[in-house]
Amino acid sequence: MSVAFSAKNLCCIRQDRCLFEGLGFELSSGEIVQVEGPNGAGKSSLLRILAGFLTPESGELYWEKEGQQQALGRDRSEFNEDLLFIGHKAAINPHMSAIENVQFWMQLHHSQEHSSQVHDSHKSLPTTDEVFDLLGRLGLVGLEDVPTSQLSAGQQRKVALARLWLSKAKFWILDEPFTAIDKKGVSGLQVKFQQHLDSGGMIVLTTHQDLTASFDRLKTVRLEYQF
Amino acid sequence: MALSNWAVYSATLKRDLKLALRQKVDVVNPLFFYVLVIILFPIGIGPEPDLLQRVAPGVIWIAALLSTLLGVEKLFKEDYDDGVLEQLILSPVPLPVVVMAKITAHWCTSGLPIILISPLLAAFLNVNASGLLAVVLTLLVATPLLSIIAAIGAALTVGLQKGGVLISLLVLPLNIPILIFATSAVDNAMSGSPYNGQLAILAAFLILAMMLGPFAVSSSLKVSVS
Repeated sequence: MSVAFSAKNLCCIRQDRCLFEGLGFELSSGEIVQVEGPNGAGKSSLLRILAGFLTPESGELYWEKEGQQQALGRDRSEFNEDLLFIGHKAAINPHMSAIENVQFWMQLHHSQEHSSQVHDSHKSLPTTDEVFDLLGRLGLVGLEDVPTSQLSAGQQRKVALARLWLSKAKFWILDEPFTAIDKKGVSGLQVKFQQHLDSGGMIVLTTHQDLTASFDRLKTVRLEYQF
Repeated sequence: MALSNWAVYSATLKRDLKLALRQKVDVVNPLFFYVLVIILFPIGIGPEPDLLQRVAPGVIWIAALLSTLLGVEKLFKEDYDDGVLEQLILSPVPLPVVVMAKITAHWCTSGLPIILISPLLAAFLNVNASGLLAVVLTLLVATPLLSIIAAIGAALTVGLQKGGVLISLLVLPLNIPILIFATSAVDNAMSGSPYNGQLAILAAFLILAMMLGPFAVSSSLKVSVS
């Protein structure tokens, strides 16, 4: 199943400052876009526009799935099924444990499949054991049921990134995914990114790391700080 | 589709109730406030039974109204600060479903305890038996209404650093009709007159709020995250 995403002529104005205008890019299955630029250039704003939190001053977004192209307007519920957004904030509640956080997120995002494939529902929603297993592989052994407020910044980030392994979304938008992650974790993430791309997924991410060596089908969008 | 909405509703409700149990102060605080106001009132104005009976509906209702506002600032604040709100908005399930679950959880932790304890407190204020029933009935119909209206205020101010005062300013004018009809219902009940008219109006308000409130809250939340 091939998917494609394109942005045309985007313009974003924040606090009377034009962050970018006339920005556009196209993305199809298996491609990764790295958004680069100095601090304050509008990288996060761009990602938030793509995810639908911000409305651009002008410009359009298009989403194509199985040959059907649609402009993304106000109703994004269909697109959201294929979207995974991990933003600046980790979306983790400090009073809940890692496992509770992950499972709540899954209930929010996998429920649609429950209704459409009633028979497969048990297969499609990972069990508690599987989530335990996954968190263990991410290096959180023994910390699965501790309140996340007691975890380190990097460990909290890993709980957030566990969604990458659980999501069925085709289109990932990741804002600084490597922040606070150790070297081993970063290489693990890059392997996961490659698997996602190989299976026909797409990624848009911001990072200050050099990814040119890691991915063949890497596109870069460069933003400059404008006064 | 309906099934999945229900699944998300119950998952969110369970999560919020669990979180409320882990931060008990947030549950106990509004209830404590409610109990304290009603206990202190007779001490302040003197313990004459007739006087207490006359002011009872107003005291009970004003205390209930203010105590609902007490905890509402935190309704969306924590999720906003953590970024959970972004994930709630991105869920394929319509946002009003999630919002309704959060409002239900807020009512379970603020409205429900007040209803349960109010017969006892109303008896402190010399409210007679038919008045007690009216107090419970009006609270039962109107506390969910208070929660919904307060949630609209909370959603509008969630992006602000200190939104608490603003919520009260936004929400209190909308609560005044509720206060008028609820106290008049209890007054009527204590003098033995029928009060089903006032109850019906409150129920109509509630139905209207349940239909439109979640959509208003959802739109405000979407504006707040941008």
